Amino acid sequence: MQRRHLLQTGSALGVMGWMSGCASSSGQGPKVVVIGAGYAGATAAKYIRMWSDYGIQVTLVEPNPAFVSCPLSNLVLGGSKRMADITSPYDNLVRRHGVKWVQDRATSIDVNKRLVQLAGGSALPYDRLIVSPGVDFMWDSLPGMKQASAQDKVLHAWKGGPQTLALRQQLEALPDGGVFAMSIPLAPYRCPPGPYERACQVASYFSQYKPKSKVLILDANDDVTSKGALFKKAWAERYAGMIEYRPKHQLVDVDAASGTLKFEFNDDLKANVLNVIPPMRAGDIAFKAGLATANQRWCEVDFLTFESKAAPNVHVLGDAIQIAPAMPKSGHMANQHGKTCAAAVVALLTGQSVNAAPVYNNTCYSFVSAKEVVHVSSVHRYDADKKTMLTVPGSGGLSAAANELEGVYAFAWAQNIWADTLA
Amino acid sequence: MKKIVPWLVCFGTATLFSAQAQTAADVRSLAASCAACHGTNGNAQASMVTLAGMPQQVIVQKMQDYKAGRVPTATIMHQLAKGYTDEEINAMAAYFAAQKK
Repeated sequence: MQRRHLLQTGSALGVMGWMSGCASSSGQGPKVVVIGAGYAGATAAKYIRMWSDYGIQVTLVEPNPAFVSCPLSNLVLGGSKRMADITSPYDNLVRRHGVKWVQDRATSIDVNKRLVQLAGGSALPYDRLIVSPGVDFMWDSLPGMKQASAQDKVLHAWKGGPQTLALRQQLEALPDGGVFAMSIPLAPYRCPPGPYERACQVASYFSQYKPKSKVLILDANDDVTSKGALFKKAWAERYAGMIEYRPKHQLVDVDAASGTLKFEFNDDLKANVLNVIPPMRAGDIAFKAGLATANQRWCEVDFLTFESKAAPNVHVLGDAIQIAPAMPKSGHMANQHGKTCAAAVVALLTGQSVNAAPVYNNTCYSFVSAKEVVHVSSVHRYDADKKTMLTVPGSGGLSAAANELEGVYAFAWAQNIWADTLA
Repeated sequence: MKKIVPWLVCFGTATLFSAQAQTAADVRSLAASCAACHGTNGNAQASMVTLAGMPQQVIVQKMQDYKAGRVPTATIMHQLAKGYTDEEINAMAAYFAAQKK
């Protein structure tokens, strides 16, 4: 109680001085727990440490041994990159920034006692909690996919990791003349242009090694949801006769044993390799904690602080949130969420005012071949009347055409955002 | 960031002060929106421009050139620059100029 009293009544300067004095000792200073070390969570952890002058303690809960990037993971499917190229260690967050990394899984949150329960048995207390769990899948909407055996055979590969490599291996095993069929859910989903980039990457691999093979895109949406004209041009000109795009194909079930996709209105479809990108929602821990209040799928937040509208002292970031208008669920955007939230959390825990007018941007590169890239960009500014983030009129846009220069920039973007997030 | 020489002479009386309403922390957060591509505090990894330690007026002029469509080689910065006000650009440029390389 003494500490909380001090935080509420002490001057900002006094609190910061007190915190700095305690920075090197353990058990002192406000406690922040971050669940999930993806683009949002790892960024928030690093920036809270930096921006609190290393006075706020940050514990990062992440079961994976290393960070595997979703952006660029389609290049592993295309064969121009390997898993090691998209994998980064968490060590720098610990060594350089003094983040305490707990390699465990959060199983529940007690928002009243302010405790995070871990699978390993221990519990972590927090003054403020950041939940950045990414997405999990709504298997109930595809009954045949509920079995683990079906999920082992029909892959999503929509989280950078083991499934990325496993899908690559399925493509390698596909005979020339075979069909790769990918199902895309209705928006919103993680990484709007990702499926269309994936089609390009699989076709790029096929055109080199399996030229009689086909890529079939079964999209629940009415049309390509991002960079539509640019992708359609790539499909028509680079991969003519190889990629077929079919919109308005709402998947309702999958028969994994026979390799069959079943649609609401269209005929069943069989293919050699099925890739089902399922409907998705906020990650399980957010869902279980009752934070996913928007259609039981996404977590509503205050865009000044990213504090949950369902639970005090709990912030939600990244793909798990109910997005603002025209805000994509992207890694770049998650990194921006992480910093906006970090600034707010530091301000709230040190008695300073929260930034009333956040501005940030999105930059998203998609590879239409191993080297050529198309981008979409946008700038997002807080609207105090509407209490949400809105794109700035006249800003943002698309590449004029696919080009190699932006391919160089896309790799540079990856190196920089990985460093900004993790080092 | 090529061709920065010709317009240095154009720099004169432009105001290069932070907007009064922005606190130092707000400017730091604003500048952090560049870091995903240009590195934490403007210290970039390979193949991207390092903004840390670059003179304020150089950054301001470049951003204004992007904003006005005067950089024919622009791929993305002309689109992003249009989303920031002149005051924000001035403040971010001052922040990066003050960062250690």
